[in-house]
Amino acid sequence: MFGVRGMSTASEKAILITNYGMGNLGSIVNMFKKVGGKAEICADPARIAAADKLVLPGVGAFDHGMRGLRASGLRDSLEEAVLRRGASVLGVCLGMQLMLEASEEGQMQGLGWIAGRAARFPGGAGCPRVPHMGWNGVRPVRDSPLLPQGEAAQRFYFVHSYKVECADPQDVLAVTEYGQEFCSAFARGNIYGVQFHPEKSHAYGMAMFKRFLEL
Amino acid sequence: MWLPRIIPCLLLDGNGLVKTRKFKDPTYVGDPINAIKIFNDKRVDELIFLDIAASREGNEPNYALLEKLASECFMPLCYGGGIRDAAQARRIVSLGIEKVSVNAAAIESGTLIGAIAAELGASSTVAAVDVRRNWLGHYRVYNSAVRKLTDLDPVAHVAALVKAGAGEVLINDADADGEQQGYDLGLVRTICAAVDVPVIVCGGAGSLAHIRAAIQDGGASAAAAGSLFVFKGPHRAVLISYPSQEQISELLDKPG
Repeated sequence: MFGVRGMSTASEKAILITNYGMGNLGSIVNMFKKVGGKAEICADPARIAAADKLVLPGVGAFDHGMRGLRASGLRDSLEEAVLRRGASVLGVCLGMQLMLEASEEGQMQGLGWIAGRAARFPGGAGCPRVPHMGWNGVRPVRDSPLLPQGEAAQRFYFVHSYKVECADPQDVLAVTEYGQEFCSAFARGNIYGVQFHPEKSHAYGMAMFKRFLEL
Repeated sequence: MWLPRIIPCLLLDGNGLVKTRKFKDPTYVGDPINAIKIFNDKRVDELIFLDIAASREGNEPNYALLEKLASECFMPLCYGGGIRDAAQARRIVSLGIEKVSVNAAAIESGTLIGAIAAELGASSTVAAVDVRRNWLGHYRVYNSAVRKLTDLDPVAHVAALVKAGAGEVLINDADADGEQQGYDLGLVRTICAAVDVPVIVCGGAGSLAHIRAAIQDGGASAAAAGSLFVFKGPHRAVLISYPSQEQISELLDKPG
């Protein structure tokens, strides 16, 4: 099911998993290897600036993440690669939210690559439990190489208390239902973000990582 | 569609997997790496590993084994056993494990859960509570590290741990463990009503119908089971199993 058929030569160069002190990087590397890709954890600003493909991972609090990016000195390198050189980047969970302008969770400004903000799921009577934790469907609202439309229902593993609200509806790539419909994946040019954890979503995650390898 | 989770809860004792009854008589059931490979193929929702020797004997978590488990595991993984401080919890997460479960040490320390949650975030911090009935039949928190029933009311204890920062609760019914007679739905309902974070219930599952009851009647966010997924038949022959996606969809078919 996950053979190497169709692997492009572009994936000869390792995907760099941005290490700014946040999140579960080993799992991401393990899954890229499992689908025949090369991935490395990297905190070297020069290599990140020159990367072809990047992952911006992250779990934890928004401000903690932005501080980590600043302290690691990787923000400029990421922007050189992503905004100026057009390297494909995949934000995962908090990494996706950091690409926004702001979050209700923190005071700091986000990277601002995608217009919008992260807002807390509502709580109280009639609302489902927060964090949104577990497996849920992801429905693409437009076609993209990362999450093609027209495939069998896809399920991914989520753990989050804040949800992405894109200012430009054109950026929304997929939606998920949890008490309300929210944006579970976005894409704008070479910038991709997913709220769920593909590295922990076994077969579905492997298929998505394989598609990211082939972008 | 959001689906409640069905989670194999596996017990580590040394480098092997065991299964207990009423938290006693550990029976060897196999090699954990082999078990993970099977559960990967079966696309399980999540896995919980509890090291029953670590906290009882005061050992450090078995980091070398945990790293191997994490590198084989392509679904979320929760680990509990022997965690007494935030540095240990951080080290476990750095190995590639999503969630850290704290049990005995959180009975003794009122600040541990908060310290771990501040560092790892609430959603990686699981408060695990073992429950038994006292001679009057009242639920009490059981400290399995020292094999003693405490005076703590599980509802108050769980609520305090969530207030301190736990993002998820794992309730393990020691009296029902390994008996496969079903979850204590009264206990499940009481705990689920007491907190607004996700609740995983464990202890007593003997069939998929028990799992459905815990979720649909009890209100649990996830149902965990040991014996159900490692034994088959009345003679408890070791066989790792897990329901298919079709079976799960049918079982939990959206209740309204």
